[in-house]
Amino acid sequence: MYRIRLFAIRHSRSFEWIYKRVEQVMIALDPVLRKIGYDRVERPVAFVEKCVKTVLFDCKMCGQCVLSSTGMSCPMNCPKQLRNGPCGGVRPGGYCEVKPEMKCVWVLAWDGASRMKGGAQIATVLPPVERNLEGSSSWLRVSREKAAHLREAREKRRTAIADAFPGARKNEPSAAPLAEEPAQAQKGAK
Amino acid sequence: MMDLSLPQPYSPPPEGHVSHSRLERVLRSGRFAITAELNPPDSADPADVYDAARPLGEVADAINATDASGANCHMSSIGISALLTRAGYSPVYQISCRDRNRIAIQGDVLGAAAMGVSNVLCLTGDGVGVGDQPGAKPVFDFDSLSLLRTIRTMRDERKFLSGRTITNPPLLFLGAAENPCIPPYEWRPERLAKKVEAGAEYIQTNYIYDVPLFEKFMARVRDMGLDKKVFILAGVGPLASARAARWMRSNVPGIHIPDAVIDRMEKADKPGQEGKKICVELIQQMREIAGVSGVHVMAYRKEHQVSEIIQESGVLASRKRT
Repeated sequence: MYRIRLFAIRHSRSFEWIYKRVEQVMIALDPVLRKIGYDRVERPVAFVEKCVKTVLFDCKMCGQCVLSSTGMSCPMNCPKQLRNGPCGGVRPGGYCEVKPEMKCVWVLAWDGASRMKGGAQIATVLPPVERNLEGSSSWLRVSREKAAHLREAREKRRTAIADAFPGARKNEPSAAPLAEEPAQAQKGAK
Repeated sequence: MMDLSLPQPYSPPPEGHVSHSRLERVLRSGRFAITAELNPPDSADPADVYDAARPLGEVADAINATDASGANCHMSSIGISALLTRAGYSPVYQISCRDRNRIAIQGDVLGAAAMGVSNVLCLTGDGVGVGDQPGAKPVFDFDSLSLLRTIRTMRDERKFLSGRTITNPPLLFLGAAENPCIPPYEWRPERLAKKVEAGAEYIQTNYIYDVPLFEKFMARVRDMGLDKKVFILAGVGPLASARAARWMRSNVPGIHIPDAVIDRMEKADKPGQEGKKICVELIQQMREIAGVSGVHVMAYRKEHQVSEIIQESGVLASRKRT
């Protein structure tokens, strides 16, 4: 699959576009997925994701996909699994220190990123992989994250009011509530 | 070089500094800094560490304790660092991501700081395959950048990666490596920028024998304004012979030696002397490159020459000693 991976990186711009669309679909699906239950869809979605991404990117199912920040070159194919750029051992011609027959994943990544609209994302410092998420669906994680992001924004609004009226929060908690509201309690909720 | 200002007991760093490091003081005051690499012993005798440190301590602002470099097993960098602080030397505690996971590393960082270590160098580490025990399990839980960011978080936010609070943070001057002379050349400065973003405050480069290539790298570094954000120490070292140079080039990861340098070694009557001379010249050339704040001398099995090399280069002559 090495050659398909190289193909995907050569066409990083197209794959970036496709990837963005997949992401949008997953985010749009959040309400549906929540109704069905993320737990229930996890295994089938992870299975499909694994099939597709293994063919295209030699995906290792780390569960924390960062292809958009790595020129569509999967960093988990780096023998050292580096997430932030090449090591100091790259061989002449841009080959891997550990597997001399393979092009350095990060040489390819920078090449791929140079063709992408959001290629500058490669400069973002990424955290280490959370190994306990290995094997889980990254696509579902994206849509859950979006939902969490919206929740956070709502929470921030409430927190701002509670912070501005600390006395009210203490004496009359219902006047400046902090706890999450059930959907039924909110006007505008269907 | 004695570092008599070791924090005893725990105390805040001097104004405008992040640590009690002598290296940090020298660099921030604009003096040309010297660091040198210690050849770690295959022994449990502290005297072996002190024997190796003595010739380096005469000229170096800090001594690097390598962390199983080349994936070869030796006395640990934390052990060497602790011994060096006891004798008043200022070590650079090298941390490689190859052998330990995030739990071990964060714990060791606190332990090292508590023993008086004030410089760390965050490295990815060579693959286990090139070392003396290729069957070992490679860890690589962190990479050098996530490691830098983690230690900076521990120091500045007083938190572990888990969010748990650290009451007295590790006051460490944060370093990283860069290898300007190997591919992808055009992206090496960007990678340096990313290391600075992650938390690097000084850089020690790998061996540089190709000065024009390094100058090109430095020109781009200056264009990006990185020389104002990070102190760069250029890596140099004496070659033993043309044969050794060729062997290094093909067997040690990340080493680029131009043919011209190897030719010069080959034609020399006394290769050992020639290697030393090349090193002296390199240091003098590095000194002239704008944005280079010092040199890092890696004299593998030639530690006894380090003092002479530095004296001959004359870089300390212009420097007011402290």
